[in-house]
Amino acid sequence: MPTDIGPPDYHTMLPPIIARNYGKWKYHEILQPGVLMHVAQGGDKLYSVRVGGARLVCTDRIREYCDIAEKFCDGYLRFTSRHNVEFLLDKKDNLEPLLQDLKQRGYPVGGTGHSITSIVHTQGWVHCHTPATDASGPVKAVMDELYDHFIAMKLPGKLRIALACCLNMCGAVHFSDISILGIHRLPPSLDNERVPKICEVPTTIAACPTLAIRPDPKTKGVQINEERCMYCGNCYTLCPALPLMDPEGDGISIWVGGKVSNARSGPAFSKLAIPFIPNHPPRWPEVVDAVKNIVECYAKGARKHERMGEWIGRIGWERFFEVTKIPFTDKHIDDFTLSYDTFRSTAQFKYTG
Amino acid sequence: MAQSETPLLDELEKGPWPSFVKDLKMAGQKKAMSRDLLRQLELSYKERIGHWKHGGIVGVKGYGGGVIGRYSDRPDLFPGVEHCHTMRINMPTGWFYTTKALRTICDIWDKYGSGMTNFHGSTGDIILLGTTTNNLQPCFDELSEKGFDMGGSGSALRTPSACVGPARCEWACYDSLDAINDITHTFQMQLHRPMWPYKFKIKCSACPNDCVAAIARADLSIIGTWRDNIQMDPGAVKEYAGKLDIQEEVVELCPTRCMSWDEKKKELKINNKECSRCMHCINLMPKALAPGKDKGATILIGGKAPILKGAMISWVLIPFLKMEKPYQPIKDLALKIWDWWDENGKMRERVGELIERVGMRVFLKEMGIKPIPQMIRTPRANPYFFWWPEEVPQKPKSA
Ligand code: HEM
Ligand code: HEM
Ligand code: HEM
Ligand code: SF4
Ligand code: SF4
Ligand code: SF4
Ligand code: SF4
Repeated sequence: MPTDIGPPDYHTMLPPIIARNYGKWKYHEILQPGVLMHVAQGGDKLYSVRVGGARLVCTDRIREYCDIAEKFCDGYLRFTSRHNVEFLLDKKDNLEPLLQDLKQRGYPVGGTGHSITSIVHTQGWVHCHTPATDASGPVKAVMDELYDHFIAMKLPGKLRIALACCLNMCGAVHFSDISILGIHRLPPSLDNERVPKICEVPTTIAACPTLAIRPDPKTKGVQINEERCMYCGNCYTLCPALPLMDPEGDGISIWVGGKVSNARSGPAFSKLAIPFIPNHPPRWPEVVDAVKNIVECYAKGARKHERMGEWIGRIGWERFFEVTKIPFTDKHIDDFTLSYDTFRSTAQFKYTG
Repeated sequence: MAQSETPLLDELEKGPWPSFVKDLKMAGQKKAMSRDLLRQLELSYKERIGHWKHGGIVGVKGYGGGVIGRYSDRPDLFPGVEHCHTMRINMPTGWFYTTKALRTICDIWDKYGSGMTNFHGSTGDIILLGTTTNNLQPCFDELSEKGFDMGGSGSALRTPSACVGPARCEWACYDSLDAINDITHTFQMQLHRPMWPYKFKIKCSACPNDCVAAIARADLSIIGTWRDNIQMDPGAVKEYAGKLDIQEEVVELCPTRCMSWDEKKKELKINNKECSRCMHCINLMPKALAPGKDKGATILIGGKAPILKGAMISWVLIPFLKMEKPYQPIKDLALKIWDWWDENGKMRERVGELIERVGMRVFLKEMGIKPIPQMIRTPRANPYFFWWPEEVPQKPKSA
């Protein structure tokens, strides 16, 4: 087989109306939650219907998406960066029948404008080796509760939620209005019988960002200074004899006020709101309540167009903790170091010279 | 009726949001692997702990990555997922599909894999979730025959991704799809053969709204912008005046306070020299306002997840760069960055961490880029700074 052919040419995947109007769009409107109309300079109108997806989907589900797209959209569709599916129509007459069809099948249409769109998330217990929680389960439980905010646009601004099941955060959760982040709270358990047999000791030692790991001359394994460990799991990634996961130690933390876009205020990290909530599968009720509480406080307190972080910026963190009734602890005060924050982490600046 | 084997997960079939449990069960009707995937997940729900091991390098011929080896730690209970590897397949740029292409992928995956997928993974790839070591090669061969290729994994270039850009967005300041497609095809070697200290990500958003979160998720973030004046249609502004409170919702939320609104004349003025191109006003009035005509991108460097030293968000390296085929300047820059990082980076050190360790001063010198105030939020506050030897007349060395 040939290698390195790269991804298929995306031009072959574009519906004709998009191919025709590529780079020639004039404006768009949100006709109703989940339905965008893009108008081209020449007058062509494209309708996009956004449908929430589970991300973890089977082939028959994808075939169902295909059936729908073939019925209403001449066989074209796309996925968004947040795991939504978008049906792309050039015929307005098909819009109502498509919406009806989706309703019958029980698919949520929404996620546009001042709503909560799908939760970007990771693998969790379904398929990763270091998770501190599951991903798909908490996401499903939270979205069931926030469903009305997906299908309507009644919030002051956009509200993006993301979930990552460990600190590696392969899902870019730290720039979200609300981040749900799995954390470990116990150092790895140490099996010095196996360490020398299955691990490369120098790389394991080098992996630790806090220099908590030292060689153990007696066993030819390692020692861990547990006071220094911040449970990142790097050592486990390199050395399976240092398992980190633990049912009591693991759970979920909640972060708030991050954003990516440059609109108004620049991009910002999410900041710690709740340091720990235990894992209570299958529906994580405390996590659902915590997220819902924060959403409701924001919806009540924020001014129009204010994102979570902008609202908190205006009222102040002390007020945020007061309004949300979230207890403030020593965990909220940072004691890990990164000093690069004088760099301009935004695309906002003025041209000079 | 027989008792359900998965009482906990069954709870997640309830409720209005699409349920992954339903999909696992659908796949499980066809595939023993998905059946055991579900059963093992039930055990995780019961015990509140994961049951996957990593390790054991697996892959396909000619590639150093694209497959994530995955093994159950309870093959005694769940033989179907003893091997359950992930294949990352490079998505078509912009995540556009014909149903024909999707059905092709589904058919191949039903033949060789679990029938479960992620559409898509966080990096953007099509994630084919769960197959055996023996099926990797034939599955890849068939996908390749149909025009699909592997995505990146390991210490390599990760599958680059783009916002929907000019395909459906009036705000695109450059062709994010073409740029990503072109860059991906140019750097197939870097994508498929891990050879660096750690991973490297490139993401293209075609305007400062940054819909692919390039600034947060890419080492090299390419964010569309412009350097002339916001285009305005005064007639359309007047139309918005009925629907929006332009003074309150637009003018007063402008971060640079560079706009003014004359309520009587229904006239909007922008002092473009002071505009920092945040997109707020354009987002609110897409019919009336548009990015300027002299368009390109801001190039930012260093974004990454917390592992190892903490999360970083990309910062400005080049304020404005024209983004035109064949994208040589950005490719040259990437190659130069990779060379320097490869030579100086420690194992598992992202480029942002390396720059933080040795200093922007060193990085800029190596790249031949002049320092400018657009790169920083504020000048340094601490007085410990270094001088290059050639900048200061040196003391005579004592013998
Ligand atoms: C030691 C470090 C890491 C290891 C061993 C590791 C391992 C993995 C593995 C095995 C997967 C595949 C999960 C699966 O599909 O079964 C994965 C997925 C992923 N990882 Fe990592 N990872 C590490 C660090 C990171 C970091 C630091 C990031 C990001 C900052 C990251 C981003 C991702 C992304 C984006 C995915 C795709 C997840 C998805 O499909 O949604 N990884 N990682
Ligand atoms: C005022 C601010 C914003 C406006 C007006 C805006 C507008 C849009 C529009 C029109 C789309 C649809 C693009 C398309 O696919 O055709 C879109 C999609 C998207 N935007 Fe934004 N955006 C804004 C801010 C943001 C922010 C702050 C983020 C992320 C933090 C973001 C993330 C996304 C994502 C991920 C999509 C893909 C759609 C999806 O998956 O649901 N946007 N945005
Ligand atoms: C290595 C560098 C430096 C060291 C070790 C140092 C050390 C000190 C010490 C020990 C004091 C307290 C003196 C006293 O009142 O007993 C002091 C005061 C002061 N230093 Fe520095 N300093 C350094 C650099 C600087 C720099 C670069 C500046 C200005 C740019 C600076 C400005 C001052 C000022 C203004 C005070 C008086 C502060 C006050 O009255 O409250 N120092 N410094
Ligand atoms: S966030 Fe962590 S635990 Fe979750 S899938 Fe990514 S690397 Fe695995
Ligand atoms: S978990 Fe992280 S901090 Fe703790 S010992 Fe391992 S590498 Fe070090
Ligand atoms: S980043 Fe800008 S150009 Fe790209 S899709 Fe989003 S709003 Fe449009
Ligand atoms: S783009 Fe932002 S900074 Fe520029 S005029 Fe509009 S609101 Fe003001």
